[in-house]
Amino acid sequence: MFGRLTWDSIPFNQPIPLITSLIVFVVIAAVLVWITRNHWWPYLWNEYITSTDHKRIGIMYIVLALVMLVRGFADAIMMRAQQSIAIGQSQGYLPPEHYNQIFSAHGTIMIFFVAMPFVIGFMNFVVPLQLGVRDVAFPTMNNVSFWLTASGVLLTNMSLFLGEFARTGWLAFPPLSEKAFSPGVGVDYYLVALQISGVGTLLTGVNFVTTILKTRAPGMSYLRMPVFCWTALASNLLIIAAFPVLTVTLALLMLDRYLGFHFFTNDGGGNSMLYMNLIWVWGHPEVYILVLPAFGIYSEVVATFSGKPLFGYRSMVFATLGICIISFCVWLHHFFTMGAGADVNAIFGIASMIIGVPTGVKIYNWLFTMYGGRVRFNVPMYWTIGFMLTFMIGGLTGVLLAIPPVDFIVHNSLFLIAHFHQVIIGGVVFAIMAGYTYWFPKAFGFTLDERLGKAIFWCWFIGFHLAFMPLYVLGFWGATRRMQHIPDATWAPWLDVAFVGAVIIGAGIALTVVQLIYSIRTRDQRRDVTGDPWDGRTLEWLTLSPPPHYNFAVLPDVHGEEAYWTRKQTAIKQDQLIKEPDYQPIEMPVNTPTGVIVAFFASVCGFAVIWYIWWLAILGLIGAFAIFVWYAWRDEHEHIIPVEEVRANARERRRIRMEHLHKLSQST
Amino acid sequence: MTAASEAPAVGLTHQGSEDTGLGQRGPASKSIVVPYGFWLFVLSDMVLFSALFATYASLVHATDGGPTTNELFHRNLVAIETVALLVSSFVCGLAMITAKRANMLWTQIWLVVTALLGLVFLSIEIYEFASMVAEGAPPQRSAFLSAFFTLVGCHGAHVTCGLLWIGTMMAQIWAKGFQPHIMRRLLCLSVFWHALDIIWVAIFTIVYLIGTLP
Repeated sequence: MFGRLTWDSIPFNQPIPLITSLIVFVVIAAVLVWITRNHWWPYLWNEYITSTDHKRIGIMYIVLALVMLVRGFADAIMMRAQQSIAIGQSQGYLPPEHYNQIFSAHGTIMIFFVAMPFVIGFMNFVVPLQLGVRDVAFPTMNNVSFWLTASGVLLTNMSLFLGEFARTGWLAFPPLSEKAFSPGVGVDYYLVALQISGVGTLLTGVNFVTTILKTRAPGMSYLRMPVFCWTALASNLLIIAAFPVLTVTLALLMLDRYLGFHFFTNDGGGNSMLYMNLIWVWGHPEVYILVLPAFGIYSEVVATFSGKPLFGYRSMVFATLGICIISFCVWLHHFFTMGAGADVNAIFGIASMIIGVPTGVKIYNWLFTMYGGRVRFNVPMYWTIGFMLTFMIGGLTGVLLAIPPVDFIVHNSLFLIAHFHQVIIGGVVFAIMAGYTYWFPKAFGFTLDERLGKAIFWCWFIGFHLAFMPLYVLGFWGATRRMQHIPDATWAPWLDVAFVGAVIIGAGIALTVVQLIYSIRTRDQRRDVTGDPWDGRTLEWLTLSPPPHYNFAVLPDVHGEEAYWTRKQTAIKQDQLIKEPDYQPIEMPVNTPTGVIVAFFASVCGFAVIWYIWWLAILGLIGAFAIFVWYAWRDEHEHIIPVEEVRANARERRRIRMEHLHKLSQST
Repeated sequence: MTAASEAPAVGLTHQGSEDTGLGQRGPASKSIVVPYGFWLFVLSDMVLFSALFATYASLVHATDGGPTTNELFHRNLVAIETVALLVSSFVCGLAMITAKRANMLWTQIWLVVTALLGLVFLSIEIYEFASMVAEGAPPQRSAFLSAFFTLVGCHGAHVTCGLLWIGTMMAQIWAKGFQPHIMRRLLCLSVFWHALDIIWVAIFTIVYLIGTLP
């Protein structure tokens, strides 16, 4: 009846997961009670859960990512603590089977459920606004994508309380991840959760490529798109090209585990190196799926806060697309030690170094944008400069690792760990924090506290370097990754420094929560009444903060690069706005519960597959098909916003804008 | 399905837009956006199959002492299968033509014929799979057979989804008539069905033809 699921699946004898899950249950229950007592359910259901508004979906992605950041960081600090304690005679507080789950969960969660939702959340919120349109190409599918990601999050976190998570590392390499060596539910949790969220990500890719290529404001030709939109395009092209490979790879491993196939097994002619090749054909582009939009965020920030157009716009576009293509030609550098031979290794080594060239172009472009500009040191700019310093070192250690003979020595060591954390934290996380601060006022109508923002930056910046620089040293000394116990007592001081660094990063994360609460409390003093708090240059600053559901009363007519900046300067010079356009009623997509229901059935089905409850899996599939047909059957796809409402809102915006411009033109 | 009767793209005002396809004149209409998105999805499906082809190509000789391609494949059977699928694609095209003329009866007939031919294809495939299992060549036998069953079976699963979709579309056309959004879905369905043909041609060549070379 319940497959493998029994009372023994609950970790009654393991205090750490048991107590953690109890705390999580209490917190979730408290939040639910809080929402119910404030009667917020109708609001949440209508404005967020069933919303097809790209802005709301973007915010949901980012909230999800923030929550998962806390979970992923909890794993990180546990690992650092274990490695500081378990030296010499001491075995630490985490037994190996638990420690292995923690590092696997940390990697899986940080990549799939922190970095990805953050980046996709920003693309959701920003891209349609920057393109000057009202929504993405497929708003309902967008909602489905989000909820499928949430379903993957749910299943991954469920493993804390029911059963176990994978003990195989975040990419579940066979033969260790095969049934023979990992018979438990851990790897199945991993596989099923990633399959479900992977489908969501693929749909996002399709959605955004269509949006960027087919729905832009009039006059917004390709070479007038903001760089963030270009990087989003490149990132989503990579999603379309790479995520199907992930789906296949995980599906083949599932076939091995569930039906006894022989793709990656030791016997039957299976080949585990085939898995390495397939997973990294997805895995390397994945790195760029994350970091290209991050580069886009820095580009927006640097231009805005330097008060100058981005230096070398076209070279930035070419560099982005160059990285997009080369990222598919370097996957083998993740396993130079496979033994593919000197020629193959040399080619992939050189390709890996070449990818540093367009990245270097970008760094110079940002520096030259700042050069001669009036740089304003707001929080997003702190993150950007911190990024350039940190990412440079990460890039250089990457070039070291791209040399096959060097890689043979530091392969699988803490040197590698330090390298990729340096590029992912220094590159992606810093961009996330910059973007979070930069676009927060656009989303909610008030800015975040600057002092706390700077404190958060310093916590991350100092904490990061303390936490990871020692790992380079240890890596050179031969410390391998994923060690539950440290045999050499001389490593202790370095590991202690790393632990202190992790604690400082933790303070940064805690301060992020404090900053959010404090900024909400004092929001009346920090309102963004104009819709343009940073003196921006792209179209999202044209509309009010927060923007109306339909973003723009009339789609902006774009002339030249930096659509909004040009328009603003003309208006300041003439001290008047453009002629009032002829307003029309607007059609917007209706809300839909499809996404939640699909994700519900996907979660049920996934849970059933993990625990071998086959009847429930079939029920889940039937339910998913039924909701699909039901959705296809409805007739109402759009609702009309009456012209009176559009006109009234637009006039109010024009009044606010006029006052603002008047002030600006007097000050110049 | 003329542009005039077409609903404007999401969020576009009623002014409408003459689309150049380059985005110079504002968002494209739904009749462009929807098939474009679906094409991208089909493209991602092609990537999915290319990963399966790569897997098959690297495991085809890993027979682990078990049966090989030459011992298992029968060209004649596969030839019938291929003809059934290719003709079904042609009939699907006929269904599209009659749908554009809003001819309910013939659209339904051609869609039924498409589905029946798809069913013939699927039946032969299931027969082939069953007889291979009976001959002692199940997917668990060797890495080669795992890869074979997965590649061909994945295509078969796509055909099955296509059949479910055809059934749903027939019901929708019957209930709702040839409305623009139904027509867009029909277009997507035919793109999907033709794409399965293209993948089958690759399977026929790489798996069966090369596999039965003397």
